[in-house]
Amino acid sequence: MKKITLIVNIAAISTMAFLYLPLVAVAFFSVNNTKYGLIWKGFTLDWYTKLFQNELILHAAWNTLVLAVVSTVVSTFLGTILAIGMDRFPWPKKMNTVLDMILHLPVIIPDIIFAAAMVVAFGFLRSASTLFEPGLLNMIIAHITFQTAFVALVVRSRLVSIGKDVEEAARDLYAGTTYLLWKVTLPLLTPGIVAGAMLAFTLSLDDFVISFFTAGPDSVTLPLYIFAAVRRMVTPQIHALSTIVLLITIVLVISMERFTRKFNVK
Amino acid sequence: MNKLMIWYGELLSQKSLIKRGFLFLTPGMLWLIIFLVLPGLILIVVSFATRGSYGELVWEFSFENYKRLLGYGIFGWTPDYLLILLRSVIVAIVTTALSVLLSYPLCFFIAGKPERTRYLWLTIVIIPFWTNMVIRTYAWFLILAPEMPFARIAAFFKLISPGMPLYPSAFAVYLGMISMFLPFVALPLFSSVERLDWTLVEAAQDLYSSNVRIFMHAILPQTLPGLSVGVILTFVPAMGMFVVPDLLGGAKYMLVGNLIQQQFGTSRDWAFGAAISMGLMVLTMFSLYLYKRKSKGVDLI
Repeated sequence: MKKITLIVNIAAISTMAFLYLPLVAVAFFSVNNTKYGLIWKGFTLDWYTKLFQNELILHAAWNTLVLAVVSTVVSTFLGTILAIGMDRFPWPKKMNTVLDMILHLPVIIPDIIFAAAMVVAFGFLRSASTLFEPGLLNMIIAHITFQTAFVALVVRSRLVSIGKDVEEAARDLYAGTTYLLWKVTLPLLTPGIVAGAMLAFTLSLDDFVISFFTAGPDSVTLPLYIFAAVRRMVTPQIHALSTIVLLITIVLVISMERFTRKFNVK
Repeated sequence: MNKLMIWYGELLSQKSLIKRGFLFLTPGMLWLIIFLVLPGLILIVVSFATRGSYGELVWEFSFENYKRLLGYGIFGWTPDYLLILLRSVIVAIVTTALSVLLSYPLCFFIAGKPERTRYLWLTIVIIPFWTNMVIRTYAWFLILAPEMPFARIAAFFKLISPGMPLYPSAFAVYLGMISMFLPFVALPLFSSVERLDWTLVEAAQDLYSSNVRIFMHAILPQTLPGLSVGVILTFVPAMGMFVVPDLLGGAKYMLVGNLIQQQFGTSRDWAFGAAISMGLMVLTMFSLYLYKRKSKGVDLI
C-alpha cells in the first residue's frame, strides 16, 4: 500500500508541475533583461515600467475593465431577479423545464457556437442600426447574455438552500411585498448575489472566444491584445503583461474562495 | 382562475401572483430569448443560406453547406472537412481520458492533506482554471522553445531538427489541451473524492481484492457523479476549442473550432460557418446522449 501512496504523490506533484511550469516560465522571463531569446541576462523590471507607457496596452486594459464592470452590473441585476422569478412562484412543471433549459444553454453549448450566433445576430441588427457595428457595445451585450445565465444559476441555488420559511414567517407578521423583498429576501440572498457577481466578473475577464468574435478594431481587450501579439512575436513585454493578469487572477480567485467558503460553512 | 390562494403566508389571488411572477421573470428571460435563443435559431436558418460573391448572405435555401461539410465539392468528394471533424473528436476524447487519468492521483493527494492545508492545495488547482486561456496556451511557447531542454532532447533523438521548437505540432496541441482542461476534470472530481467512504476501500483490501478491482468497485462508483460533471465540462469545450490548435497546432493541425473561426474571419462565409457550427452542435449533443446512456449503464452495476 505504501508503494501506491508514493506513486500517487509523485503523479500528483508532477501534474501540478505540469500545470504551473508554463506559467512560471512566463513570470520568469518577464524579468529577464533581454529583448530576444530565452537566455538569462539578469534581473530587470524594465518590461513592467514600459507597459505603463504603452498607449495600446493601457487602452486595452481600460476596455477590459469597462467590459467586465458594465456587463457584471447588468447581468447581476438581470440574473438575480430572474432567479427569484423562477424559484419563488408556482409555475407549471413544463414551463419550469423550458426555463431551466434556456438557463443551461450557455453552460452546455461550446462557446464558439454562441460566438458564431452572436456574429450573425449582430449582422442583422447592424442593418437596422449602426449602433451594432463590431465593438464594445456588442461585446457587452454578448457578455451579459452568458453571465446572466451563470448568475441566475448561482443565485437560484442560494434561494433553494435558504428555503422559504423565513419569508413565510415574515408574511405571517404582515410584511408587505416590497418590505419582504428589501428586508428579508435580498439580505438573505446577498452572499449568493455577491458570489454570482464575482463569478460573472471573472468569466468576463477570462473570456477570449466571444470577445474575439464580437470585437471591433477600437475595442481590443487584454486577452485579444496578447493573442494578436504572440501570433506575431513573443516579447518580454507580453510576459510582463501576462504576469500582471496572472497576479490579478490569483487575487480574485483567493478572495472568491474565501468568500464562498465563509458563507457555505456557516 | 381568479381564485384566492395562500402562497407562503400571503393571501392573494392567483392572477396577481402570476402577474408578479412575470414581473420578475420578464427582464432576464426577455434578454436571454433575444440574445441567446433567437440568435441560435437564426444560426440554424443561416446554415441553409448561400454565400454571395462578396461574402454577403443570399437567401436561397439548400443543403449545399452541409453537403460541402460532408466533403462533396465542385471537384468531387474529398474527406478534408470530415477529417477535421474526426480529428476534433479524437483530440477531445484523448484530452478527456488523459485528464481523468491525471486527475485521480491529484484529487487523492489533495484529499489526503489535513484540513488546514487542504484548501491551499485546492487553490493551486483552481488558479490555472481561472487563468486566461490565451496566456496559458502561449506560455507553452516558452517551454517548447528550441533553447529549452525538451526541444534539445527531442533534437538529440532526431525527432526534430536542432534549433527548431517543438511547436507547431500535434504533440504541442495535446500538451496545451491537457493542461488547459485538467482542472475542469479535477475540480468536480475532487468534490466526489473528498466525500469518498474509505471504509469500503478498506473492506475490499481486507478481502484481498486487487488494486484494479478496488478502483473499479469501491472507488469509481463513488466518484462517478463528480467524474461525469468533469467529463462533460471537458469534452464539450475541448471539441470546440480554437485557441490551442491555432497557437500550438498551426495550419498543420486544424480542429473544427479553427474551421468555424476561419469562415467568420478571413473566408467570410457565414452560411458555411453556421453549417459547421451545427455539425459541432450535433456532435456535442450526440456525445452527451451517448455518455448519458453509457453512464446509466455504469450506475446499474
